Amino acid sequence: MATREVLGSTASNPLGRPRGIWSVLHVDPILLLLLLALVSGGLFVLYSGADRNFEVVKAQGIRFGIAFVVMLVFAQLDPSVFRRWAPWLYGLGLMGLVAVIFVGVGAKGAQRWLALPGLPRFQPSELMKLVVPMMAAWYLSRHFLPPKLSRIGVGLVIVLLPMVLIMKQPDLGTSLLVGMAGLFVVFFAGMSWKLISAFVVMVSVAAPVMWFFGMRDYQKQRVLTLLDPQSDPLGAGWNIIQSKTAIGSGGLDGKGWLQGTQSHLEFLPESHTDFIVAVLAEEFGFIGMLILISVYFLIILRCLYISVTAQDSFSRLVAGALTMTFFIYVFVNVGMVSGLLPVVGVPLPLVSYGGTSTVTLMAAFGILMSIHTHRRMITA
Amino acid sequence: MPWGEFKDTAAERRLFQRRAFVMLLMVFLLLAGLVARMYQLQIVEHDIYTTLSDKNRVQVQSVPPPRGLVYDRNGILLAENRPVFSVTVVPERVGGMDATLDQLVRILDISEEDLERFQRRLREPRRPFQEIPLRYDLTEDEIARLAVHRHELPGVEVEAELVRYYPHSELTAHALGFVGRINRDELQRIDPVNYAGTNYIGKSGVERFYEELLHGKVGYQHVETNARGRTLRVLERENPVPGEDLELHIDLRLQNRAHELLDGRRGAIVAIEPATGGILALASVPGFDANKFVTGISVADYGELRDSKDKPLFNRALRGQYPPGSTLKPMLAIAALDSGAVTRDHSIWDPGYFQFNSSGRRYRDWKRGGHGWVDLTYAMAQSCDVYFYEAAVEMGVDTMHSYLSRFGFGEDATLDVSGALSGLLPSRDWKRAMRNEPWYPGDSVNLGIGQGFMLATPLQLATATALIANRGEWVEPRLLKDIQGDRSVDEFLPSETHEPLKLKDPSDWDFIADAMAEVMHGTKGTARSAARGASYRMAGKTGTAQVFSLAEDEEYEAEEVRERLRDHALFVGFAPLDNPQIAVAVIVENGGGGSSTAAPVARALFDAWLLEFSAAGDDAALISKTDAESGVH
Repeated sequence: MATREVLGSTASNPLGRPRGIWSVLHVDPILLLLLLALVSGGLFVLYSGADRNFEVVKAQGIRFGIAFVVMLVFAQLDPSVFRRWAPWLYGLGLMGLVAVIFVGVGAKGAQRWLALPGLPRFQPSELMKLVVPMMAAWYLSRHFLPPKLSRIGVGLVIVLLPMVLIMKQPDLGTSLLVGMAGLFVVFFAGMSWKLISAFVVMVSVAAPVMWFFGMRDYQKQRVLTLLDPQSDPLGAGWNIIQSKTAIGSGGLDGKGWLQGTQSHLEFLPESHTDFIVAVLAEEFGFIGMLILISVYFLIILRCLYISVTAQDSFSRLVAGALTMTFFIYVFVNVGMVSGLLPVVGVPLPLVSYGGTSTVTLMAAFGILMSIHTHRRMITA
Repeated sequence: MPWGEFKDTAAERRLFQRRAFVMLLMVFLLLAGLVARMYQLQIVEHDIYTTLSDKNRVQVQSVPPPRGLVYDRNGILLAENRPVFSVTVVPERVGGMDATLDQLVRILDISEEDLERFQRRLREPRRPFQEIPLRYDLTEDEIARLAVHRHELPGVEVEAELVRYYPHSELTAHALGFVGRINRDELQRIDPVNYAGTNYIGKSGVERFYEELLHGKVGYQHVETNARGRTLRVLERENPVPGEDLELHIDLRLQNRAHELLDGRRGAIVAIEPATGGILALASVPGFDANKFVTGISVADYGELRDSKDKPLFNRALRGQYPPGSTLKPMLAIAALDSGAVTRDHSIWDPGYFQFNSSGRRYRDWKRGGHGWVDLTYAMAQSCDVYFYEAAVEMGVDTMHSYLSRFGFGEDATLDVSGALSGLLPSRDWKRAMRNEPWYPGDSVNLGIGQGFMLATPLQLATATALIANRGEWVEPRLLKDIQGDRSVDEFLPSETHEPLKLKDPSDWDFIADAMAEVMHGTKGTARSAARGASYRMAGKTGTAQVFSLAEDEEYEAEEVRERLRDHALFVGFAPLDNPQIAVAVIVENGGGGSSTAAPVARALFDAWLLEFSAAGDDAALISKTDAESGVH
């Protein structure tokens, strides 16, 4: 195993690209550059969104530093390590989620954190964002792809089990992200279009059932508010009206950095966390948004390229699913801030202030870099 | 390891590539969708959201104008504005609403009404971070107590507001009126733009009549606020135009004296300056503290005022309608002379009663044995009833009505006195319409001594007396003397409508004035004791109005009748006789006789005005620039 790794990393690139220092570090330079551009640009917006509080920017900078180290550590591991660990991590994660239900700590009526003696506080649900696609990929890639119906069924159970546990916390946003990550694996594995259609029909039937039996009042309220924010302009609709106002008033080229009135006069809620994209849209306008969405698109493009060029099915499925999870982050966050989707607690990846999701995301990029830089150059 | 060996890796890669391409397409389309959404919000609907953003950010605040001040004729402040502090709560910043309210109730004196109103406002839709008033008019003690507990009470603020204050309210409440919170009816009536930011409006008196002048014009400021409504900076400001400061004819010293003279009794005094019609004093006793009404009087306090037997809220000077009694005799004497019903020398024999025929009802004189031979001057001086019975029958109701109406009876002749009543001047038509009865000669007899149906307010009596003092020149009673600033009084004072009362022989005025002087200075004058020792000559007429009527031959002793059933004591008069400076009407409810109770009050007022204040008034003239026109006393 070790021999193959060494051979793989030092083998000549069949595409003829130089592979010197980056290959040794197991870092993909293009992805790194795009991530650095996003993170550094994001810190400027954060400074404005946090109303010129440099402490916030400093804290976030430190967090990014830690996250980058995590990314590098993950990048060093061979993809086969993730594959071998997947079932164990999945089991641990499930235990963690069950433990959260009984001994978890948290705020605002939701228990998300696990504080075990001797360990730093952590959210098992964050871990599951990585582990669920790994587990699904591990299970499905053991046999032929596309998988048989029964294996798809088991794959869906692997996905749904943690999803339900997370929803119990309750944390709708993370639950959906974890579910999406798993479902993308099933999709990439080659679930037939017929089945996908059937699944979509099933979900649309299940949605009303969820509405009446599964969702909490505040979750229902979010959906209702999305449909008609004016129905409750001073309550739940306030956030959406204010964020749309911030975005719309930005115009083509924005009000200028630190000049956004919506955020600096405190009309915009959560202006440095979930709603930070409204700050960017207000201060840098349509042009700023075009650049931001382009950077995200390039990152996704690069990651999809990494997925496609991965050498085994497990790597491909994991890389593809993590890439699409990242995309879901972006789409759900921007969609909710601009009033297209209900308000769920999904941050703008690598820009919003916040620790756990940043580390998880960078770990995901680490896995992608690991997959990309540990290819054996024998097959082409 | 099962991987690879049995699998068609190439096929799996191709499958993944196809799926990845589908995903790439989806990613591209959805991100393009986000771009399109941004295009819609930022380019297409940019103007809408710019307006919304500015509306968020920039608020137009109305700046209420400070209400005009009110001074008396010597420049003494009667109505001013003083900051009043109220406690407000911002629900969004309060930790726990119930705990906060509990603590506030412990610190402050908060009534159930306050709490109810607060809870109601809490349920109404409002902007986030908008404050809700909990209690108005905090005392300095309460402000201090709040300050001590302030750190425990986030979201609780003390706010200042300019509120009307009457420094001499017990004296001036009836003359000035007062302001109060704008109620629903008034909201319909006022200009919502000009009253944006104004919480108070004139409810009565001068405050009500000159509301427009006193209020001023609202100002505006455009301010940038944050989401909490906190003003960050003023972008633009248009200053309000303050209300005009008014100067009244009222002399606070005379007003004060009037209250002192009636102290402990119930009654009213109206003093008019005959040359101008200016009301020098308008006293209704007991008074009340109008300041209580400004910020909203408590139910208990209001109940106490309303239910008091002395009726302090009742404005006796303007709205008290009394039988004028003998105080009507000077006006009737003018009517009798001018209409030819009597001549100056006409004498009658007064046996102590009047009868239409020997078997008819006897209309008694107040003097049981009668006055004997009586001419007009003597009839005035002694207030001989029988003389006026005969004169009244001779004149008839139409003539009396015609003359009395020209004295201002039966109408509100005032220019700017809000709420004055018109009394009752009976006539044939009135009696037909109201009672469906003809006018009987006996009704004329009663009217001849100011009894029967006739009712007049103290203000009307003073007005009619001023007309005699002016020898027929009409001066409508008025309160407004001057507007400080450029605007002229004539602009706001309603125009005068009364023609002078011209007599066929103008010297009749002097004759009647002299007859009224006999009342004061004559050896038989009914008020001679009140005028004793005066350094000037004065004219007057006493009166006694029966609260309940006596049967024809019934006797009564004033002391025996319960106090509240005793006669009202009245007096009208003016002084000095030849150059009148002041005309007054005095009524003391249940005061007994006019000569013993009301006349000394009038004499004291004459002395105060002509002797005591005139010297001081000259000094005041040096201070108050507007005093020049009031002349030398």
